[in-house]
Amino acid sequence: MALNGVLRPGFVQVRVLDMAEAIVHYRDRIGLTLVSTESDGRVYMKAYDEFDRHSIVLRECDEAGLDLMAFKVCSEASLDDFATKLAAGGYEVTTVAAGEQPGVGRRISFVAPTGHRFDLYAEIELSDNGPMTNNPDVSQLDPQGMKAIRFDHCLLYGGDIDGTKKVFEEILGFSVSEMVVDDDTGMIIALFLTCSNKAHDLALVRHEEDGKLHHVSFLVEDWSSIGAAADIITRYDVSRDIGPTRHGITRGMTIYFFDPSGNRNEVFAGGYHYYPDNPLRVWKASSVGKAIFYYERELNDRFMTVVT
Amino acid sequence: MGKAAFRVSVEGSDKVITCLADETLLKAMARQGISNIPVGCRNGGCGVCKIRVTKGEYETGKMSIKHVTQVERDDGYALACKAFPKSDLTVTVKNEE
Ligand code: FES
Ligand SMILES: [Fe+2]
Repeated sequence: MALNGVLRPGFVQVRVLDMAEAIVHYRDRIGLTLVSTESDGRVYMKAYDEFDRHSIVLRECDEAGLDLMAFKVCSEASLDDFATKLAAGGYEVTTVAAGEQPGVGRRISFVAPTGHRFDLYAEIELSDNGPMTNNPDVSQLDPQGMKAIRFDHCLLYGGDIDGTKKVFEEILGFSVSEMVVDDDTGMIIALFLTCSNKAHDLALVRHEEDGKLHHVSFLVEDWSSIGAAADIITRYDVSRDIGPTRHGITRGMTIYFFDPSGNRNEVFAGGYHYYPDNPLRVWKASSVGKAIFYYERELNDRFMTVVT
Repeated sequence: MGKAAFRVSVEGSDKVITCLADETLLKAMARQGISNIPVGCRNGGCGVCKIRVTKGEYETGKMSIKHVTQVERDDGYALACKAFPKSDLTVTVKNEE
């Protein structure tokens, strides 16, 4: 497989209630590097193993949640191509000027049927603190906190997940790796979309309210890193949701917790590799407990109801 | 001398619980077996722990405006995970209304 079109989740812009607390959480607990604070108050961060300038954007607001999730595409030509196809598919496509975020080129932006805003962009400055390329050591900066390697994916909640599935599959070239369906009707309850070799780059769960954020996830190295993250969560009294545990879906090892504004985060490790010729993996809703929390084999109420 | 603590009556339950001055109402309620209050993010973002304080003084930390509007705040609504008692209180759990 040659990776073309959409390359990967690039960045998310998250609303936080208190910027000072958010910085402590994302920098000192999760271990991101603070890249810059801009005059409009937005704070830009990145994980140590990312080449690009930033991957997490924090915006102070009186309401928590997600402003937008952005994907990096392979070229400006590909960006134009997606703009044309989205417009032909009936989406209102707006352009965000280069420089609206420091170091980021022109973006195109649309709102998916689940009410989430997605942006695409091809250009972003490289970071000075990214992975080394010349006789590269494993890291340039010493990993801190939970030692997050990269921003990895989001799980979003909204109503018309069939509609968002359609735009990601048919226009943006994603594949569905795995899904949860109602036992009787076959209605999709949750779906896992990938644009890469990863088990998921974006996940969606059907929910009565549109535009909701379930979690922003960061990759860590291995199972022992999940344990180390759990130690930090207790040591610093971070609000924990569940874990360490494992997902049946994707098979990732995980711990969920909340940022100081109530936005859920995850650090996870592992999971299978996906190839576009892989058959679709399907879970029945009657087995959803094991699908989501493989060890507990049941959902907690929080997983289905607590979102920002 | 122990830490300041206040008595909190939860309407619809015969329990009167204790809440320390530096403890959130949500933590105090969960700790003392008030089970009809959902524990969500614990950080004022998700809104599931909404309560109404019908009697007494309290203060709050930052709460998502989406879940408690200014009008509601003036009317005693709060998120229990961001509310600290300043006196004895009477509270209603929103789910029970
Ligand atoms: S538990 Fe989420 S707002 Fe209180
Ligand atoms: Fe996840």
